Amino acid sequence: MSQPEVLHQEFELGFTYTRSTGPVVGRFLTELKQRNIVGIKASDGRVVVPPMEYDPDTAEALSEFVDVGQEGEIVSFAWVKEPREAHPFDKPFAWAMIRLDGADVPMIHCVAAEREDQVSTGARVRARWADETKGFITDIRCFELV
Amino acid sequence: MREIAIVGYQQSDCVSDAGAQNEVELIIPVVGRVFEQVGITNAQDVDFVCSGSCDYLQGAAFAFVLGVDALGAVPPIKESHVEMDAAWALYESILKIRMGHADSALVYGFGKSSPGELPIVLSQQLDPYYLATQWVDTVSLAAMQARLMLDKGLITERDMAEVVSRSRRNALNNPRAQLKGDISADDVLAEETYLSPLRKGDICPVSDGASAMIICTVEQAKAWGKPYAVISGIDHRIETHNMGMRDLTDSVSTRAAAERAGMGNGKVDVAELYAPFSHQEIILTRALGLGDDTSVNPSGGVLAGNLMMASGLSRIGEVFDRIVAGEAQRGIAHATSGPCLQHNLVTVLEAA
Repeated sequence: MSQPEVLHQEFELGFTYTRSTGPVVGRFLTELKQRNIVGIKASDGRVVVPPMEYDPDTAEALSEFVDVGQEGEIVSFAWVKEPREAHPFDKPFAWAMIRLDGADVPMIHCVAAEREDQVSTGARVRARWADETKGFITDIRCFELV
Repeated sequence: MREIAIVGYQQSDCVSDAGAQNEVELIIPVVGRVFEQVGITNAQDVDFVCSGSCDYLQGAAFAFVLGVDALGAVPPIKESHVEMDAAWALYESILKIRMGHADSALVYGFGKSSPGELPIVLSQQLDPYYLATQWVDTVSLAAMQARLMLDKGLITERDMAEVVSRSRRNALNNPRAQLKGDISADDVLAEETYLSPLRKGDICPVSDGASAMIICTVEQAKAWGKPYAVISGIDHRIETHNMGMRDLTDSVSTRAAAERAGMGNGKVDVAELYAPFSHQEIILTRALGLGDDTSVNPSGGVLAGNLMMASGLSRIGEVFDRIVAGEAQRGIAHATSGPCLQHNLVTVLEAA
């Protein structure tokens, strides 16, 4: 018996709606569009980047924004030898936790590097901006080793 | 409070690709076997049904509703669902019984992860503005967690390899495991890194399958006349979704859940921990304070096969199996959800 042809249909998996990003996330993304990075002060005074709307320990609404640097230090990283199609690079790169100057809490972003041995915990990195900024986290194209 | 017992548990084999079998076809055999184990015939014979699954795996909203086809849609039943591992469906069912709204419940979880690119699918459950948009995969997040531990000297790569070796060897006795073998830590370390610092062995495989459990009041368990184990405690705690604000080298939420579930009220003979990455088993073992007198992951754990949305329930089932077999008097099962052990549930089981 011959196999019937398998039915198939194009389908894009994703968020099919838009929503307001609000006063905290929205402020951060708007600042990114202007090539500036802001954090927010948590209840205990720690500067959190990207900013959170509420303090995870006290549930207090947060509102005190702080400008932070565009350079920082790698707190941890993962070296991606085999990038996936959705990843920001089609050649090996690192995902990293990066503590920006003036921030206390690391953020997660990608780091461009040629080889794994160039990347290390404690290494200094600097944000490289996308050619066109749109108010997305990906306005930071990547971080580069300083 | 009403004492609650587990009376039946069944799991499918963990397979890397279930092929043309759909989710309903994965669920039907395990549900059928668990009915048989308890001596009942269908979902009409329990008061409540709750399932755990993830629509993101199927890539369609409300895909979980199709799972109910495995039970027979007519006549109507009291049914619920959690978009979580079925360990949380068990939690909901326990609340239902404790409130007196049911005396028995069927709990099942299922996942067919093979059709998609699981680490990327799971990236879409992260913070939608800061992380999902970057498509940062969950294996990379775990790799960063492992490096934090390595950098701080809390573990070595050999410690991680020993977890993998023990999992593969324990899984030799688990007919449902996907990865098994007489593999030493040296064998694991001989592999090159895949997503540094992780080797492929440090990462749980992608698996398809389902598991099912029946729980009830102790009175109902006695009426059914089947061997049972008592659930003496269950609790779950969650940490912030901002990974930068968590201590990723510890699991404070697991420890808090274990305390509230009453783990410390007796000896722990066996512990089944949902650790999808080798270093996470070490984090959990330490957070729970488990010593040499506890057998950890005798099934091989999820490094030997990881049924998304069912493996947490299966951890509880594995402990149940050992208690009714008389191999253990008391044990704990842990389930996790979210990246890098964000959300954790601990169940304490005791012999009847």
